[in-house]
Amino acid sequence: MRLKIILVLSVLSGALLAWNLHTMFLNVPDEANQGAVFRIIYFHVPSAITSMIGFYAGMFAGIAYLARKDLRFDAFAASVNEVSLVFATITLITGSIWGRIIWGIWWTWDYRLTSYFVCWLMYLGYLMLRRAIDEPTTRARLSAVLSIFACVDIVLVWKSIEWYRTQHPGPVLSIRNGGGMAPGMEAPIYWNLLALAMLAAVLTIMRMRQQTMQREIDSLRRYAHAF
Amino acid sequence: MGSNFTFMFYGFLVAWMVVILYVIWIALRERKLRDELERVKRMVDERERETKK
Repeated sequence: MRLKIILVLSVLSGALLAWNLHTMFLNVPDEANQGAVFRIIYFHVPSAITSMIGFYAGMFAGIAYLARKDLRFDAFAASVNEVSLVFATITLITGSIWGRIIWGIWWTWDYRLTSYFVCWLMYLGYLMLRRAIDEPTTRARLSAVLSIFACVDIVLVWKSIEWYRTQHPGPVLSIRNGGGMAPGMEAPIYWNLLALAMLAAVLTIMRMRQQTMQREIDSLRRYAHAF
Repeated sequence: MGSNFTFMFYGFLVAWMVVILYVIWIALRERKLRDELERVKRMVDERERETKK
């Protein structure tokens, strides 16, 4: 069943990404002021939203673990946070490349960039914390607490472009009352978001399966040493 | 305009490369875990047989 879900989501995600690439390059014209480089938004924004959704899913799984003490919630939290960190990395790098052309700089310490970078560092710390602790329940408890703490920063990341007007552009998507893009240019962002969200789901399921295998290995080892 | 297009290409390349490298890392880890699971299962079987003797 799990394999079928992985297969279906992979095929759907791959097909949608291919169709989106076709749309981005052949149907969407260059932006009047930014030129071709504006197309980076089609990966930058969907990656950012995918990572934030994932981090929140990880936080809810952390809360569920603290409430139920079920290690399956911990496995889900660890998997989804790791996958979200990959998408957060894509967001930071693609944003930096776009900034180099549009702003003339690779990086600036404005509110949006800094808060997102802090978020990235916290989830990197989350993964390092998990590697440092061997005992499964202590690892699950501490990483759940860190995940809840780190999620506060997501609110700051999301709202920063409304609260502070600095280097990063304000809201452009119509769902955030931005209205800064033509409908034909905005639609591929949502389609790519759907494709990346499905890809993230596939990667999360695969990592969860590996977490289960690791738990099985650990318990068999303990059993073998008991002889 | 040339560098504009080049940087767009870099952006797409980086996005895809990060995803591809992560997928490769997952695949390698999957293989490593499968091998380790087989090895540990064999070890448990051997220990059980030794105990029965």
